[in-house]
This record gives sequence, C-alpha cells and structure tokens, in this order.
Amino acid sequence: MTAVLETRGLGKRYRRRWALSDCTLDVPAGRVVGLVGPNGAGKTTLLHLATGLLRPTTGTIRVLGEPPPATPAQLEKVGFVAQDTPTYAGLSVADHLRLGAHLNRNWDARLARDRIERLGLDPAQRAGKLSGGQRAQLALTLAVAKKPELLILDEPVASLDPLARREFLQGLMETVADQELGVVLSSHLVADLERVCDYLIVLVASTVQVAGEVDRLLATHHLLTGVRRHPVTLPEGQEVISASHTDKQTTLIVRTDGPIHDPAWTVSAVGLEDLVLAYMSRSAPEHRPALEVQR
Amino acid sequence: MTWLTWRQFRAQAVVAAAGLAVLAIVLVITGLQLSHTFDTTVLGCQAHGDCAAADNALQGQDTALQDLTRLLMYAVPAVIGLFWGAPLLGRELETGTFRLAWTQGVTRARWFGVKLVLTGLASMATAGLLSLMVTWWYSPLERVGAARLTPGEFSLGGIVIIGYAAFAFALGVTAGLLARRTLPAMAITLAIFVAVQLAMPFLIRPHLIAPVRAVSALKVANVHSESIIGSGGGGTLSLGAAPDIPGSSSAWIYSAQVTTASGSTDLGPAPAHCGPNSGYNECQAAIARMHLRVVATYQPGSRYWAFQWYETAIYLAAALVLAGFCWWWVRRRVT
Repeated sequence: MTAVLETRGLGKRYRRRWALSDCTLDVPAGRVVGLVGPNGAGKTTLLHLATGLLRPTTGTIRVLGEPPPATPAQLEKVGFVAQDTPTYAGLSVADHLRLGAHLNRNWDARLARDRIERLGLDPAQRAGKLSGGQRAQLALTLAVAKKPELLILDEPVASLDPLARREFLQGLMETVADQELGVVLSSHLVADLERVCDYLIVLVASTVQVAGEVDRLLATHHLLTGVRRHPVTLPEGQEVISASHTDKQTTLIVRTDGPIHDPAWTVSAVGLEDLVLAYMSRSAPEHRPALEVQR
Repeated sequence: MTWLTWRQFRAQAVVAAAGLAVLAIVLVITGLQLSHTFDTTVLGCQAHGDCAAADNALQGQDTALQDLTRLLMYAVPAVIGLFWGAPLLGRELETGTFRLAWTQGVTRARWFGVKLVLTGLASMATAGLLSLMVTWWYSPLERVGAARLTPGEFSLGGIVIIGYAAFAFALGVTAGLLARRTLPAMAITLAIFVAVQLAMPFLIRPHLIAPVRAVSALKVANVHSESIIGSGGGGTLSLGAAPDIPGSSSAWIYSAQVTTASGSTDLGPAPAHCGPNSGYNECQAAIARMHLRVVATYQPGSRYWAFQWYETAIYLAAALVLAGFCWWWVRRRVT
C-alpha cells in the first residue's frame, strides 16, 4: 500500500522564517491521522504543502504516491477543508453544491444532497448566514462529495463550540467509515483528535517531534514516578521525553521499546494528552508553547 | 468554471446591463431630438452664413445629459476597475475562499484564466456599448462644438474607452492580487488609474504622432489678442492669433506663434496707428501691412482615428502585461 503522505527533508521558508523544516514522514494508508501542535507550529504549512496550495522550499512531498496535486485528476483525489472553513458568503448552500458539481468530475450529487438534508441545512440559505458549525459542515460536504481518496482538514473544529465539535467529528467518522478514505486532520487540541485518530504526528516549532500509530505511541511511552533524583540516569534504550521535579518526587515520561525493570520507579500508562504535552514542552525548554485556550 | 464565474459575476452583470438599458432608452429619445434640432436649425443656418445662434441653441439643449454622458465616459472604466477588477482576486484572498476554489478539480490556472477572460471581456463590452451610445448621441453636438481630437473631448467617444476599461480591470485584478484585500486594492486601483488618465493626454498622447508644423500668413481676422508693452508709440507689439490652416476648427493645436516675415518672434515696435489715440480699424490695417506670419504645431483633425487606435493599443497592451503578470503570479507565487 502506498503511503498517503510521504515527505523527505521537507521545508518551507517564508522570507527569513522557516515555517516547516526537515520534515520526514511516512504516513501509511487507511489511517485517520491527527496532526497536533501549538498554533504557529507549521501544521497549516504542512497541510498546504500536501494540498498543493504551497510549494516546498526544500525537500520532497508525495501525496497518494504522487507529487502534490497540480492536475485536475490529482486535485480530485484530495479533499481539503481549510482553516476557518472558508465558503462564499454570497452564495447559497445549493450554489456551493452546484459549484462542487461543476468543478469536480467525480462529484456525488446524491451524497452531497443527502448530507445537507441530514444536517438540516436550508439549500436556499446563504453561506454567510450559516453558523460556524453549519459552515464547517458545508465545507466538509464539499470536500467529501468530490469522492477524494484523501481528506485533509485544517483545524476544522477550532471555531466550533463543544457540541458542534462533537457532531462534526462524529459526522466525519461516519463518512470515513462509509467511504474508506484516508484522513489527515490538524488541531492544537489533543482532546479533539484523541477520539478519532489512530495515527498521530506531533509538530512543534516547525519540526516533527514524534509520529506513529496511537496504540504504539501509548505502548512505548511510560509515566515513571519515584523519589526525587537529579540528574536522572536511565538504562540504554530508555529516552526521557520530559522530566519534572518537586521537592520529594520526580516524574518522567520515558520512551522505550522494552519493559522497565527498575523497582525504584512506579510505572504507569501515559495518556495521549500528557504524551503530546511532553513532546511540546521538550521542544522548547526556554519558552514552552502554551496551549491556546479554546475559542 | 464558466458557471462559477457567471454565478459570482451575475449581480454586477445585471446592474451593468440594467444601467446600460436605461441609458440607452434615455439617449435614444433625446438623441433623436438632438438630431432633429441639428437638421432643422444648424444645417439651415449654414446656407445664410451666421450659425452662432443656432450652434449655441443646440449646445444649450440637454445640458444635464451632456454632463452625465461626459461623467460616465470618464467614470465607467474606473468603476469597472474598482468593482469588477479589484475584488476578482482581492476578495478571494481576503476571505480565504481561494483555498476552497483551488482545491477543487480544476487547476488554479484554469480557474483564474476563465474568470479573467470572461470578466475582462464583459468589462470591454460594457465600455464599448457605452461609447457606442454616447458617440452616437453626441454626434450632432460634436459638429458644432470643440474639436474631438483635443484633450477634453478625445476620450468622450470612439474606442479608447475599451482600452481604458481593459486596463482599469487588469489594474484592479493586479492590485487585488498584491494587496490581498479588496478595499486597499480599490484605493490603489483608483489612484493609479487617475494618475495614468491624467498623464496620458498631457505627457504621452502629444508624442504618439509627430505634429505638423505649418507657417501661414497672419490674417487679421484671426487675431484674438493684441497688446502693446511699453508706453507711447514705441511699445513692443505682442499678438496672439489662430493659424490659417485647412480644417483648423477640428485640429488639436499645440502652439501658434506670431512671427515676422523673417521668422523672428520679436515683432518690433507697434505701428504708430496702434497708439492710444488711433482707431481700431487703422491699427488692424497697420498690422496687416506688417506681413506677419503664424507658425503653428498641431495635429490635424483627420488623425483622430489614428490616435484612437494607437491609444487603445497602448492600453490593451498594458492590460495584457498586467494580466500576464497576474497569471504567472497566481500559478507560481500566491498561496
């Protein structure tokens, strides 16, 4: 099976700032991929590179085994919902579906109509008058009804309230199950991704910190607590991702493929959120990126 | 892509078409009256010589519409640039909808190409239709008014407005592309377009075709100003006069200089008959005896269409350059 997303030393520079640097990834097909990182980490840049909206400064990127979409045939294989789910404010919901039908050869008009009906959207309503959640659903409908092989969503739920968030992700998962398409979605909140993703990429400060199957990430990372030790020394093959110390206690998040035998540590499982946070704080010890408050 | 272009342009197209239709009705009704007045009064007067009264009466007819059509001919290209050109890319970039459009199953090159060509052609057609109507409506007035080649009249008819519209549109598109926001793009478009429209008649158009230089004998009847600088009978004579050239009423005269028979611009002392105590006719006769000349540089009125074509070509070429730049930028640079 070809990788849905394959990058080698991928980098993108805006004037003097690198938005993404030395990014090497192999995302296997058939996964729901979560791309997580704080705001400004380079998530949008990576996704725009994957949709062909941006061109890389360095390195290569292949999407579904091909260079980023440039021809109509390639563009049709990738569905994209951009950040803030842009739609034409002056066009009605029905107009948007007509737009999709005119611009995509594989357009599934029935699927689009059914989805709009199920969501309870009025086809005559102008997109500018829709709520944020409805607009996100409309944008997702457009991306799904073109029958893509890969669906890319950039912070699709960032501007939604918790209920709309859950409904959106639920709808997304149903669609994924129905159509067997690959999905890459980004968020700065792990909680959004936890329920839907089986593959995770942590991107912080324009570099990939860790990438892999969620199950495997959880199996290879452990939370160690014990009597305060500073500095910490661990056996070969055990990598400290984060360490925090109180007066009496040391808490570590450690990555290792093998078991941990040292009886001085109490070993417990790491939640996905803690794991991601560990990588985020590791990458920027000076000024740790604060997770943004949900809007 | 044609559908999307039409859907996004529909409202503006309807407004433009309605505006042109209303204008057409008004201009046809009043234009027929103008032609009738021209045929009955001005044509008749030419038989018995004195036409000033008939000319003035014709020029006094429908003055509000004359002002309106002039205003439209100046404003419509600018309005097209502002409201059709600037938002074409500016609004897409401002609202982020280009990310929606460019990830559908058409390449962004095609998306942009279709929008650019269709809306651009609509701009030129609108301007062309307007000019057709106004040129027809104005034709009786033009035959009794100022020469149509002169700067104030030149762009009020003919085909240049098609070039103006194409240029203003392309300028708006470019501004929208670079400013990435509609309102600043509109301001930039207006500023540059006005600057170009002011520069054209004064800095560029006079040099498009080399003017004709003609030396003619001064006709006393053509003198429109005379003054004597200095006191008494020895003051220096200074004269302003229209050249005696064929078709001078339709010519665009750059300059007309009164000189002596030998070509000197110093006309020398005023004749004694032009003193404060002399009569007007004696002074005129004395000037006539000096055998002065008028050296004129001008563009003959017959070059009107040559100028129209040259200028249209220049504006269309500029529009094409801008469009080509936008095309390249959209394909290569914008993200």
